[in-house]
Amino acid sequence: MSETSPDPEEVRHVARLARVGLDDDEVERFTDQFADILDYFETLDEVPEIERETDLANVMRPDEERECLSQDEALANASETEDGYFKGPNVS
Amino acid sequence: MSADYNIFVTEETIEGESDGPLANKTVAVKDNISTEGVRTTCGSEMLDEYVPPYDATVVENLKAAGATIVGKANMDEFGMGSTTETSAFGPVENPVAPGRVPGGSSGGSAAAVAAGEADLALGTDTGGSVRNPAAFCGVVGIKPTYGLVSRYGLVAYANSLEQIGPLAPTVEEAAELLDVISGPDEYDATTREAGADSDYASAATGDVDGLTVGVPTELVEGADEGVRERFEETLDDLRAQGATVEEVSLPSVEHAVEAYYVIAMSEASSNLARFDGVRFGQSGGFEGNWNESFSESREAFGEEVKRRILLGTYALSAGYHDKYYKRAQDARAWVKQDFDETFADVDVVASPTMPTPPFEAGESLDDPLQMYLADANTVPVNLADLPAISVPAGTVDDGLPVGVQFVGPAFGEESIIRVGSAVEETA
Repeated sequence: MSETSPDPEEVRHVARLARVGLDDDEVERFTDQFADILDYFETLDEVPEIERETDLANVMRPDEERECLSQDEALANASETEDGYFKGPNVS
Repeated sequence: MSADYNIFVTEETIEGESDGPLANKTVAVKDNISTEGVRTTCGSEMLDEYVPPYDATVVENLKAAGATIVGKANMDEFGMGSTTETSAFGPVENPVAPGRVPGGSSGGSAAAVAAGEADLALGTDTGGSVRNPAAFCGVVGIKPTYGLVSRYGLVAYANSLEQIGPLAPTVEEAAELLDVISGPDEYDATTREAGADSDYASAATGDVDGLTVGVPTELVEGADEGVRERFEETLDDLRAQGATVEEVSLPSVEHAVEAYYVIAMSEASSNLARFDGVRFGQSGGFEGNWNESFSESREAFGEEVKRRILLGTYALSAGYHDKYYKRAQDARAWVKQDFDETFADVDVVASPTMPTPPFEAGESLDDPLQMYLADANTVPVNLADLPAISVPAGTVDDGLPVGVQFVGPAFGEESIIRVGSAVEETA
């Protein structure tokens, strides 16, 4: 078992960070499974540092107006809308 | 009857143009590829009512080529699985190996071709999700070079790794479908000029005279005995046709599985943040505060998806980023380097596609790490952005299919299609 693998409270913490609701059974299973999986991931320690290629380039296009979805199309899959806008829960 | 194998999430016909290279061909499209007006679920309860307002570029390509789309193929939820058992719409059965999984995550696509429910199919391959089900269902599958096929309209899981790829009964038919979907797209900035006027189908000549095939011991020694025997027979056939087979070494691939999963999960944790139940997907309600509603909405994800989002969030979190994500990127660069050096000496690299025959249904669900380890031979290809093909290479144990994988240099699709077609002629 990995020394750094998360305990149940840390699993809940990560789930809160990711905004994923978990029930108690899931927390228990994930705690066990994460220990195994993270233990395995730790073999990455054996990987040497590599000179990476740095020939990546951003691809840009001119910022010009062009055809896009209509407001109705964009809203079609929202569970609720209001006055042509998406409706979301309270932010505060 | 497709219902027997649970191949389709949605069976709906989308007619293409009356004429074109795929006229009279039926195609199954994996359910993470957007189809205008036809439900696209990604195998998830989260999107069980999602109807895209636009077509993916590859779907436009299919229609323009005269193909008829016959349905949206079942898949592991968001492509996260190797067995098509994590779908919210139930598992797909393997049409050629009863009681066994069809592989995944494009299990519905491979099963559609194997069962004759469609002439051809599109899948997606993030870490083997086209090649694995192709091998398990006894069909051909191609993972194109990164950037050869547009991902516009593909619901993202791990963008730096995934490509849409064809599945078909034969190498030539898979190459014909690749010809239709490859090429640059202004809506996907990672596409290149390569593939614009391709004629990959004409590379299916079966001519391997003078070709050099490299075999990395690292990707062979872990395979089941029966699988290794089929693989060795395939190499013998190629030698008999004039190819040279030589041993090569790819030490970096010993770390490919962990590097792949750290990168894929990290990208997934970011990509799947868009599913908050506001613009699309299951709503978390409007009563509580935003954080609670968001968390509630995301309870609609299945367990494997939650597992990957959480592990990805963990790997990117403060204090762990250098330990996991940065080392995984080093490993990725190392794998790339290893393949580059190898292709200075050989034309293609060969290995069994999967180390085992198809798993028994239900076998790997309880132990996620065991499921991840089964991807050992397919994930190095995605880390290195390379093209690869899986071709049927006979069966073991009374009819369980075995696939052989050939990897080519970047944009070297012709090489893998040529060698794949040579295997097929002797099978």
